[in-house]
Amino acid sequence: METTTLTAKEEAKQVKKMKRSETWRRVKRNKMIYLMILPGLIYFLIYKYLPMYGLIISFQDYKPYLGIFGSEWVGLEHFNRLFTSSEFWMIFKNTLVLFGLQIFIYFPIPIIISLMLNEVRHSFFKRGVQTLIYIPHFMSWVVIVSISYVMLTLDGGIVNAILETLGFQKVNFLLNDDWFRPMYILQVIWREAGWGTIIFLAAITAVDPQLYEAARMDGANRFRQMWHITLPAIRNVIIVLLILKIGDVLELGFEHVYLLLNSSNRNVAEIFDTYVYVAGLQQGQFSYSTAVGFFKGAVGLVMVVFANWLAKRFNEEGIY
Amino acid sequence: MAQQRISAGSRVFDFFNYFLLALLALITVLPFIHVVGSSFATSAEIARTKFLLFPTEFSLQAYKYIFSTDTIFRALGVSVIVTVGGTLWSMFFSTLTAYGLSRRDLVGRRVINFLIVFTLLFNGGMIPTFLVVQQTGLLDSLWALIVPVTINAFNMIILRSFFLNLPQGLEESAKIDGANDFSILFRIVIPISLPAIATISLFYAVTYWNTYMHAILYLADADKWPVQVLLRQIVVLASGMNYDAEAYTDVPPPEVTVKMATIVVATVPVLLVYPFLQKYFAKGALLGSVKG
Repeated sequence: METTTLTAKEEAKQVKKMKRSETWRRVKRNKMIYLMILPGLIYFLIYKYLPMYGLIISFQDYKPYLGIFGSEWVGLEHFNRLFTSSEFWMIFKNTLVLFGLQIFIYFPIPIIISLMLNEVRHSFFKRGVQTLIYIPHFMSWVVIVSISYVMLTLDGGIVNAILETLGFQKVNFLLNDDWFRPMYILQVIWREAGWGTIIFLAAITAVDPQLYEAARMDGANRFRQMWHITLPAIRNVIIVLLILKIGDVLELGFEHVYLLLNSSNRNVAEIFDTYVYVAGLQQGQFSYSTAVGFFKGAVGLVMVVFANWLAKRFNEEGIY
Repeated sequence: MAQQRISAGSRVFDFFNYFLLALLALITVLPFIHVVGSSFATSAEIARTKFLLFPTEFSLQAYKYIFSTDTIFRALGVSVIVTVGGTLWSMFFSTLTAYGLSRRDLVGRRVINFLIVFTLLFNGGMIPTFLVVQQTGLLDSLWALIVPVTINAFNMIILRSFFLNLPQGLEESAKIDGANDFSILFRIVIPISLPAIATISLFYAVTYWNTYMHAILYLADADKWPVQVLLRQIVVLASGMNYDAEAYTDVPPPEVTVKMATIVVATVPVLLVYPFLQKYFAKGALLGSVKG
């Protein structure tokens, strides 16, 4: 009888209390599970979140012996220095160009290869091609760049030997700033284009075979089938991957670029990551290089949020 | 169903399609064949025939040379230790975390998931991470190649999606029988998840074997360099063209065959596990595309 006399407010309170004790009960029941995820959480806090906190040294004049708490605050000085530096625009342009190459040259290639593989009727042939084109993905950048190096080098490199035999001038690919960008994107294609097909091929398997039959009845040739059936079917996957790629705008691969970088191609090859490495770890400008890295990371975050918003605006599925 | 009539246009299409794909596959592996072929050639033959795929005179001189000092043994040893140790270490923590976060009734699961996914979108960057590695006392120790990359968020998410798709009744019945969460994980969940565990282990192993950046960031002591760093040194050695080559200019440049042989040595372990990788990886890579 008592419950009926409770006011609405008290009732809400009661429900809340019950909910809380229910939550508490669930927490207690899962205490072993919390124990399981604890080491993982500690890892993410120390090696992922602590560095984010460490970004505050970009507003300081960080001295290792003074530490984060003893170092002097300098406000936006390092960012001002970055934006007014003559190198900033060079690095910005280099980064943007490599990003453009990734989006406009690399990105469509796995899609095209997937469409081609999908048209193969002999599964042994399809599997054979897949096996071979996936291999480079598992090679380190050091191996990829080393193989390119021994093949492209001026004396004794196979490519220059062929050029010479065919009567062309030898080209010093490795020390030439005109060749850096083609070399970069060709290596990206070599390493990743095959592996990149996996996700598109999986999306293609979901296409209803009856659609192709109907199209054939209507007299659509193979190209038209690809264009009007296969491609629209994997549209969502393409868009999601494009968003992820755009979010990675500034992640052009420190290792890859660093391995190709030398003083002759620096004017086209220096990107934010390599600049951070040289300024920070080789020259010891911790605060300044942290500011550069912070700028890069912030732009990347804004880009991925923007790309996701854009996809949602066009009524596509976002990634989060 | 009646056999479809294959039009002439369709045949032409097939011809070009097969031809181009075969060409693509060939171009992809040709550089590897060139490197392996050259590594078994004599220096004289390399100098004579420039575009070599298969040597006519088989020679092990390059391999004898690189294995004549203990430098490469040491580097291979470091890589093996880091790969085996790192994979076990990473799998242990990744599996625990992934399983914990796959439990639907866990309070705070969403928040923790978000915290982990967020690290894929934004991070503190190279210098602050370096400072944390330094502060935690890992510099110049092989732990620096392992601990800072304990859990790869992508791999963890793949494992978690796999665990999420396991039948729930299994755990509940074990629980009724009085098993605790750890024994459920180790006695029931892991044994039935071996394909996923194998896939992710191989992903970790390849990543650890290929580690280069962390070694040049965190290890100043050349005795602790893994094979990738050594390979880099040997290939661009003495050319003086790269920033990191300056230190080694007093050593004469090795012969082409030696460079080729070093590339092969650094690559062979990955090629050995490749068939196993291939058996599972497509499945693993696809699990990764399942939304978090």
